Amino acid sequence: MARTAVSRRLGGGPLRWRAARLTDRRIESEAARTLVFEVPGWPGHVAGQHLDVRLTAEDGYSTQRSYSVASAAEDENVELTVQRVSDGEVSPYLLDDLALGDLVELRGPVGGWFVWRPEQTEPVLLVGGGSGLVPLMAMVRTRRAVGSRTPFRLVYSVRSPEYQLFASELRRGDPGLDKTYVYTRSAPPESPRPPGRVTASDLSSAGWPPDFEPTCYVCGSTGFVEKAAGLLVALGHHPGRIRTERFGPSG
Amino acid sequence: MTLTPDFLDGNAAAGDLESVFGTDMTVATGRCRGCGQRMSLAQTRAYLRGPGIVLRCPGCESVLLRLVRSADQMWLDTGGLDYLRIPAPQ
Repeated sequence: MARTAVSRRLGGGPLRWRAARLTDRRIESEAARTLVFEVPGWPGHVAGQHLDVRLTAEDGYSTQRSYSVASAAEDENVELTVQRVSDGEVSPYLLDDLALGDLVELRGPVGGWFVWRPEQTEPVLLVGGGSGLVPLMAMVRTRRAVGSRTPFRLVYSVRSPEYQLFASELRRGDPGLDKTYVYTRSAPPESPRPPGRVTASDLSSAGWPPDFEPTCYVCGSTGFVEKAAGLLVALGHHPGRIRTERFGPSG
Repeated sequence: MTLTPDFLDGNAAAGDLESVFGTDMTVATGRCRGCGQRMSLAQTRAYLRGPGIVLRCPGCESVLLRLVRSADQMWLDTGGLDYLRIPAPQ
């Protein structure tokens, strides 16, 4: 074990930009790709953390975006799953133009709020909308990597099957991880539920009863997060056990 | 047809805040001077489209914190907060 929990960066050390080399790119869905970076000196991350990516043009213009880390905390490499924002400035470049072997700058990991640590023993409810699945997937992968038996339930709201992220990996299944898919626009024929936005009954039937005191992680667009977190509170979940992260089409 | 709100949350500002404060600020807590609500900075509403960062109160929408940086200066205004409780770096 080259890395231990102690080495994981959670604030305290200096936050600095590091060069990261793109070593692989995988297709996840029509609009999303996973980028695999090799980052010498990466201090390791905790599932749910994110990082900043900085691109600098030859004329010195530079711009940065924040992305959640998709890979397990145990992974050597850093994987980002990026959704294309077609009129965006950074995502089309990362998805189409950045060549294998090219360098970008990464800073992080950052954020100690929206994280899951294997030491946590309470049941977990993950509620993801669209690309908001990414940091939740880091939690699922970390749980698998450490052989945790903490029961997880995942409710994934996605437009249609073509937009589903990590579909085959999730299909393979993890013991103790229950999955429910909420298709908002078009559902596959075998789906037990007509297409539509997430409802209180989706979250009560696929989630945990509030008296199990689960920690609920909700990630997606601002509209999705407001709605899903509001439904969880209405179902009786304590607001202090609901952790949210809002994703924007930051381009 | 619903309008997408144009804010994110304090998590999205984590990198810039940490570069100023030297520690993770998403778990720092503050109290809104406007309405008295206490929250972690991760729970604030973050407006990042402008030239800097603006964090607003999720309860009353008052401006809690503004951070603007240029090439060699950083301007920080935390006037909307009664206090900030920051975990000491380990």
